[in-house]
Amino acid sequence: MNIIFSLLILIGIVVAAVNGRIEVITEIAINSAISAVERIFSLVGIISMWLGIAKIAEKSGLIETLSRMLYPFVKHLFPSIPEGHPAMGSMLMNMSANILGFGSAATPFGLKAIAEMQKLNDDPETASEAMCTFLAINTSSITLVPATVIGLRAAAGSKNPTDIIGAILFATTCSTMTAIITDCFFRTYYRVKNKYRR
Amino acid sequence: MFVGLITNITKWAVPFIMFVIIIHGYVKGVKVFEVFVDGAKEGLKIAIKIIPYIIAIYVAVGIFRESGAVYLFIRLLEPILRILNIPGEILLVSITRSLSGPAALGMAMEVFDTYGVDSLRGRMAAVVVGSTDTTFYIIAVYFASIGIKKTKYAISVGLMADCAAFLGAVYIVNKLYG
Repeated sequence: MNIIFSLLILIGIVVAAVNGRIEVITEIAINSAISAVERIFSLVGIISMWLGIAKIAEKSGLIETLSRMLYPFVKHLFPSIPEGHPAMGSMLMNMSANILGFGSAATPFGLKAIAEMQKLNDDPETASEAMCTFLAINTSSITLVPATVIGLRAAAGSKNPTDIIGAILFATTCSTMTAIITDCFFRTYYRVKNKYRR
Repeated sequence: MFVGLITNITKWAVPFIMFVIIIHGYVKGVKVFEVFVDGAKEGLKIAIKIIPYIIAIYVAVGIFRESGAVYLFIRLLEPILRILNIPGEILLVSITRSLSGPAALGMAMEVFDTYGVDSLRGRMAAVVVGSTDTTFYIIAVYFASIGIKKTKYAISVGLMADCAAFLGAVYIVNKLYG
């Protein structure tokens, strides 16, 4: 991020200087900062609303119910985690929160899940297969309500802020499938490689 | 049929989820109003946390765009991008997304302001931001929390999934709204 930030500004200034439009830089720097803050204010409302709704789902046990529904699908992905192990519970809560688009609710469950997985890990300095699979699914998660993006679109004055939900569902399904397939591929590859090394 | 299905999911998702969550909460005896207010407080904290990021990105991207540098960048990659029907700014949003969430949100807002939120590019930016995650950040935080040093193939898998989400996003937005 440091590199990207520096490059954007430095290249921008150089290009403006070369094009003989250096006076633009001062103006745009100030105007950009101002419009950034204006945008945030409209964003606060929408994010807060979704976090409020998310909290209700968490308190009522709805996220937990969804976790139980996901279990039959998820257990095949994690053969190394025994049934009823606390890692599974936290992990399912994390996935459910992610699917509902409650990113900030998902992180505490996710951290708990990976800490539980560490207890099943033979080598505490190397990631286990279950951890890799979990992170693959976590970072690519299928998303039903992308709350923040809807908020952004509403803040920017979209006529129909939610009309990208279907497209996001499609894109996240692509990425979750890719994550599961590539994870499976790499896992097999690593197993074979380790066998030859020994 | 496919397009119709997606449009319908889009129309129903939010009302449906709200309805289910509130009813379920009420039936289970959750103090729906108080809990909502409690959760909403966190929204303020998050917003305050991302303000500096958004300012940083607005300024950096603003300078990059207004100076004309963005046109050089896009022209450089144009041959490949044109084949795949990918606008250059969207590629920029996508690269940023895997590094920093708030920064990518800032960039998406930039695209909304420049091209219009309901334009093809605006939609594409929204879908890209909504469908990928801060892969590097998440993997780093999760592994750091338990002291893992060798991450094996976790990052490769995460990045490949991000690529798939990006291509999926571009494809579906072009198909639905292009």
